[in-house]
Amino acid sequence: MSDIAVIPARHPGKAEAERRVARRYRAERRFRFYGIAAIGFAALFLVILFADILSRGIPGFFHHRVGIQVTLDPATLDIGDKRDPDALRAADYRAVIREALQALFPDVTGRAERRQLAGFVATNAGAEIARRVIAEPYIIGSKINVNLPVSAEADLYYKGKIKAGPGQQLSAETGVLLDRLRANAFVSQDFAWNFLENGASREPEQAGILAALVGSALTMLVTLLLCLPTGVAAAIYLEEFAPKNRLTDIIEVNINNLAAVPSIIFGLLGLAVFLAMFGMPRSSSLVGGLVLALLVLPTIIIASRAALKAVPPSIREAALGIGASRQQAIFHHVLPLAMPGILTGTIIGMAHALGETAPLLLIGMVAFIVDVPGGVTDAATVLPVQIYQWSTFPEAAFQAKTAAGIIVLLVFLFLMNGAAILLRKRFERRW
Amino acid sequence: MADHIVSTYESELKNLTRSVVEMGGMTEKQVVDAIDALVKRDMLLAQNVIAADPSVDALERVIEERAIITIAKRQPMGPDLREIMSAIRIANDLERIGDLAKNIGKRALALNGAFQAQKLLRGVEHMGELVLGQLKDVLDAFAVRDADKALAVWKSDGEVDQLHTSLFRELLTYMMEDPRTITLCAHLLFIAKNVERIGDHATNIAETVYYLVHGRELTDERPKADASVYVGAANQEPAR
Amino acid sequence: MEMPMTTAALEALETPPTKIVARDVNVYYGEKHAIRNLSIDVPARSVTAFIGPSGCGKSTFLRCINRMNDTIPSARVTGKIAIDGEDIHDPSLDVVQLRARVGMVFQKPNPFPKSIYENVAYGPRIHGLAPSRTDLDAIVEASLKKASLWEEVKDRLHDAGTGLSGGQQQRLCIARAIAVSPEVILMDEPCSALDPIATARIEDLIDELRENFTIVIVTHSMQQAARVSQRTAFFHLGILVEEGPTEMMFNNPTDKRTLDYITGRFG
Repeated sequence: MSDIAVIPARHPGKAEAERRVARRYRAERRFRFYGIAAIGFAALFLVILFADILSRGIPGFFHHRVGIQVTLDPATLDIGDKRDPDALRAADYRAVIREALQALFPDVTGRAERRQLAGFVATNAGAEIARRVIAEPYIIGSKINVNLPVSAEADLYYKGKIKAGPGQQLSAETGVLLDRLRANAFVSQDFAWNFLENGASREPEQAGILAALVGSALTMLVTLLLCLPTGVAAAIYLEEFAPKNRLTDIIEVNINNLAAVPSIIFGLLGLAVFLAMFGMPRSSSLVGGLVLALLVLPTIIIASRAALKAVPPSIREAALGIGASRQQAIFHHVLPLAMPGILTGTIIGMAHALGETAPLLLIGMVAFIVDVPGGVTDAATVLPVQIYQWSTFPEAAFQAKTAAGIIVLLVFLFLMNGAAILLRKRFERRW
Repeated sequence: MADHIVSTYESELKNLTRSVVEMGGMTEKQVVDAIDALVKRDMLLAQNVIAADPSVDALERVIEERAIITIAKRQPMGPDLREIMSAIRIANDLERIGDLAKNIGKRALALNGAFQAQKLLRGVEHMGELVLGQLKDVLDAFAVRDADKALAVWKSDGEVDQLHTSLFRELLTYMMEDPRTITLCAHLLFIAKNVERIGDHATNIAETVYYLVHGRELTDERPKADASVYVGAANQEPAR
Repeated sequence: MEMPMTTAALEALETPPTKIVARDVNVYYGEKHAIRNLSIDVPARSVTAFIGPSGCGKSTFLRCINRMNDTIPSARVTGKIAIDGEDIHDPSLDVVQLRARVGMVFQKPNPFPKSIYENVAYGPRIHGLAPSRTDLDAIVEASLKKASLWEEVKDRLHDAGTGLSGGQQQRLCIARAIAVSPEVILMDEPCSALDPIATARIEDLIDELRENFTIVIVTHSMQQAARVSQRTAFFHLGILVEEGPTEMMFNNPTDKRTLDYITGRFG
């Protein structure tokens, strides 16, 4: 039998105990308040960020158009009797537009004013008429109604982003002319399909995001195909098969260190190895994907190892206990259970890669890409690089493009994450 | 043996043994008093013996109840289980001994006033002393878990049986000689039988103590020397 | 004099052949000497219980019998363990085949996170025991019946195995183990996570399985060892202290340490 010593506790008085309890509750309330304040702070910034980007970016998706009537006179078009597509494409549609505008403003006679008038319509407006004429050549000679994009300046004026008058970006006369145009012709705001259909351009009304979007998608594809199997394989080997010795310890430490290496170093590595040593095509999404795969690999390995480690050992033992080989145990039982965790790590890594700019600048993905890349070896750029480029352009119209680009990047990110989360849900549903 | 990890279990077992020893003391006193009351014709003492019996019975019930609760609660193993089972068995034997002592007391009361020859009582008195010694020894053996002492008691049972047989013959002779003693002798015959039965219970207790200590039953045939069942059967000793 | 024989006496008379023989087994975990010079004979078609305080090496030895200790890198086993005279450490014997012959049931019910059917079918499938789907169905049904689970799950074979109650899960694990028709079943505290009713069912099942399998069970419950086993071995500090018929071990063990342990006197 054990004799239990009396515990020498001194019980405080009732008042003191109540004070102590009150203090404890106060401390807890205080801590909760700090937590809520922190979340509120973060949420506030998120709201400000989104509000700012949306308010600045959404106008970038729209463009003003002016509806005018043009006469497709073969003489003005300077095509004579030729009706083949090449000739039609080379025809002088600007002249047709110029005539139509002059008809709207018969009182404008000055040479400079007339040129200004013609400049209200975007430079690519002629191409739109050309597309229509090539499709239906029989309309030549007749009058047709067209809805043409206005120039970037006119667009900004109509959106209220710039003003006319002394000391403003536009002269008072230009303002008067633009107001009159709106009064005489049908000026409307329309979704700027250009932005989603075109590649890069120096002309803001023609600049589009598609090339960068496709470049990003191709780069992400290369990254995913490369780093998911490699990362998972490395994680499985390290976690399940590798002997625990000094060498594997060193490897482990190095993988952890690699995750902390600044991304620009990976760009230098890509430049030196993939471009200089292997001579891979410059600014291609293949090289971009390779570099980003290197960047993401440590994240995926670490996340996958954690996911594998989190699978209860009882499952492993159960499989081994009925005579499954180690590999069968891992591939039939452990890996499916670790898959949600692995996918979470992959989502984080891929999101990281999608927003990465610095290493891609070094391997030349900053090039001015007009054409949409058709494959992984074509020169390409990616969304963050494109956004960076636009933000450096001086034209006011590119500010809206920058913000619109950011929205596209965010939507891409949400879609990618959404797909991964759906995939993860599918795995999780298998109990 | 070391103490149990559960101290209440330990004290339950110790209390159980203590109760059995206490009950042993009570029945021992009953037997002593019953023989005394008979020999000294002390009617008050005889009444005391009878009056003491219900408390012995009550103690037996208490022991049994505690033993059952301990079994249910602790699921005892090995020697612990034997200890509890032994307590139940010994308490049972002691209760029977108490009943037999009570019976002797009753007969002592019944004999009051009847013609009594001291020489007739001597045989019963002698047998009583012998059995009392056995009872004392076996209770000691239980208290200190002495299997050897218990074995000695077990072996000595033959002596009591022989004494019983010869007393039986002796009393028969008296009754034949003087029919006036028949009532007395008949009572004495039953008393002798009771004393012999007390001896049997003491032997049972000895067996239980042996089982308690060694964990196996005494398997040999007990030395039986009570031939009284055959007395008068054509005066023949049974073929063993 | 003719005495009617008790069942215990009858069982003692027919001495079953020895299934598992261990001689001078030593197990080391790194520097730790977990089992010292252990030798034991386990009879066929009977239940042998290993009892002893935690860390005494009983589970370690159990895991030696199907070489589950191989999965622990620091573990080293010396000495000889033979099943039906065949050395389990023989290089020609594949450990995967050994584990098909020596099934194991673990402390915590660990069904795979798959359907009830898949849990039982997995073993026969990887060992190629069922050439056709009908054969596999038959194996699954027979295994579940033998594990007394069939009646409870026959209408929901394709539900999750993890959705069963703890006791049912453990019986599912037993069904999974017997689906590959092993000769020996090792059970590592199979009831420690179960309630008394589920425990009673498992014990009843163990008693039935004894007809066809050699069962070695590690248990912390001495009452359970006394109830289900025919032989009991007591381990202490990596040593096999005493081994013998269960009745003897629980009524009158030879070694004082065994006595102290079974009566609850261990310090």
